[in-house]
Amino acid sequence: MHEFRVQVGPAAFRIGSAWQRPLAQLAELYRDYPTPDIPDYSVRLEAVSFLRRFIRPAVSINGDYVLPDAAPLPLAQALLAAEMAMNLQMALGWRRHLLLHASAVEKDGKALIMTGASGSGKSTLAAMLGCKGWRFMGDEFVLIDLVTGDAVPFPRLISLKNEAIGAMQVTALDGRFGPLMQGTPKGDIRHLVPARDAIHAMAQPAKPALLLFPSFGFDPAVREILPSEVFIRLTQASTNYVALGEAGFTTLTRFIKTVPARAVDYRDGQEAEALVDRLWSELA
Amino acid sequence: MKRYAMLLVDALRDPSSTATLDADGWTALLAMARAEQLIGTLARRLSGLAVPDAVQRILEEARINAEYQRRSALWEADCARRALADYPGKVVLMKGTAYAAAGLKASEGRHIGDLDIMVAREDLPQVEAALLDAGWEWVKENTYDDSYYRDHMHELPPLIHKERDRMIDVHHTILPLTARPKPDAAAMLADAMRLENGLYVFSPADMVIHSAAHLLADGELDGGLRNLWDIHCLVTEFSSSEEFWGNMSYNAGWHELTFAVSRALRLANRLFGTETGSYPEYWATRYSLIMVVGRNETPGDELNALQADNLFVRRLTARDGWGRSTRKFTRLGFYIRSHWLRMPPLMLLRHLWVKWRKG
Repeated sequence: MHEFRVQVGPAAFRIGSAWQRPLAQLAELYRDYPTPDIPDYSVRLEAVSFLRRFIRPAVSINGDYVLPDAAPLPLAQALLAAEMAMNLQMALGWRRHLLLHASAVEKDGKALIMTGASGSGKSTLAAMLGCKGWRFMGDEFVLIDLVTGDAVPFPRLISLKNEAIGAMQVTALDGRFGPLMQGTPKGDIRHLVPARDAIHAMAQPAKPALLLFPSFGFDPAVREILPSEVFIRLTQASTNYVALGEAGFTTLTRFIKTVPARAVDYRDGQEAEALVDRLWSELA
Repeated sequence: MKRYAMLLVDALRDPSSTATLDADGWTALLAMARAEQLIGTLARRLSGLAVPDAVQRILEEARINAEYQRRSALWEADCARRALADYPGKVVLMKGTAYAAAGLKASEGRHIGDLDIMVAREDLPQVEAALLDAGWEWVKENTYDDSYYRDHMHELPPLIHKERDRMIDVHHTILPLTARPKPDAAAMLADAMRLENGLYVFSPADMVIHSAAHLLADGELDGGLRNLWDIHCLVTEFSSSEEFWGNMSYNAGWHELTFAVSRALRLANRLFGTETGSYPEYWATRYSLIMVVGRNETPGDELNALQADNLFVRRLTARDGWGRSTRKFTRLGFYIRSHWLRMPPLMLLRHLWVKWRKG
């Protein structure tokens, strides 16, 4: 089995693969990230069967934590398979922070956190703001420290989907992109390497200062959200809130009491950026 | 890097053996422990020892997770207790939840999944109705599977709770009805011990016997190392009592599980150094390959037990440093054995035929 190791924020991964090529692609895209000695999680990209290693090769996703009914992907989508496998380890295994399914950017030591369903645009917004003077902290998971309440970055490769690919190719002119994967179960996917400053600062946490629930495709609007609703939404956005027990509850309630939350609707990136700038400047 | 899970066995038996591990050794050990669902147990065994920082963080995570599993298992047991509050018979907790509820060392760091309980067979309709009433639902809707469970298995088809998404297995004995040994479930229920909350657990001897039956007289030894570690912990904790050894010897014979129990003790002794106390030496010598195959309870003399034990050790440690299953042929052999143990040949043919036709 071929092997590649990478450290993303506080998490270290070992990725094994029956094929060399996907690991070469990962090594190229993750070349600015550290290489850990002892990984937290192992994932494996294996052939569905011996023959399917060569004929219509299909990647089955395995590792320390697996979903029993995960469908295999064609070899051309091996990068996506690796990304899904790494996400799965975090979602099912991570217990060192409160894990929120959210994106985040940082400015002046303070974090703007965005959460919402798939398609809300949180990932694209974080990628875009990362090109406009913010530090990109992550587009998939934000880790909340159980002691300090700080947001800890998890700046893996940015996973752009469908229209976001074209938009970011215009925004991140000097960005490093992975191969375009068409027709995946999630549509078209293309990875973008976060800016170098984001990778170098991946051990630096930030104080959560603003929580947004973005919705893409609506007339611009900003609404307050009651803490009770924020609580319910964040318990749903967290994969380890229940497992952390009292520590999870304490961390989440402290977060809600100290971080203002708003729902924002927007139709395009410019509108979103203007709304974010306005809300950010209104923070005391 | 060691290729097989003896690395994990060594670390559990003698935690200080990890002092010589390099980064790759640790990586392999942790992957094996996760794959065998023994990472929480390993974390407990290694607490207080000097380990690399990266390992310490992983073990701490495993401790948090084990605590979570313990909490949810006990909560789930309490949900079942409340659902069955009007049922006058004994509700016996089994396996991990029982060890946790009884405060036994076997539960330290242990992975606990589904809730397993046992009730008297004649009370199944009442218990089933109470659970359905309290929000559990059938997982399998297929009528063949359903009637297979009801006619031939030692448990009801699995139920899942519609709100909490947790499974419960309701047993009425400890082995499939088609297996050759016929344990006396009524005697196990009669001997079961009451906990403070009104639920029950098996007597010490029956706990070990059930664990041995589960490991060696049923199934293909998936999760076998964890099961064997349970046996090691239970025997070690109970062994100070002379009564325990007497009861175990007697009950194992009564439940027709002498062979499973003696092999389990030999394997535990061989892999984990379990002290098998005053258990007769006789047990350690006389069993033949036929015991690997299983259906016959007659000791043969052609091959001694230790040779047959080697196959079990091969199967139990068939795991590599990536957490992958290894030794495909050994695994296949034990897979076939598991079906052979579970049903007579004609019934097996019919079962495979129905399963094949349904695709």
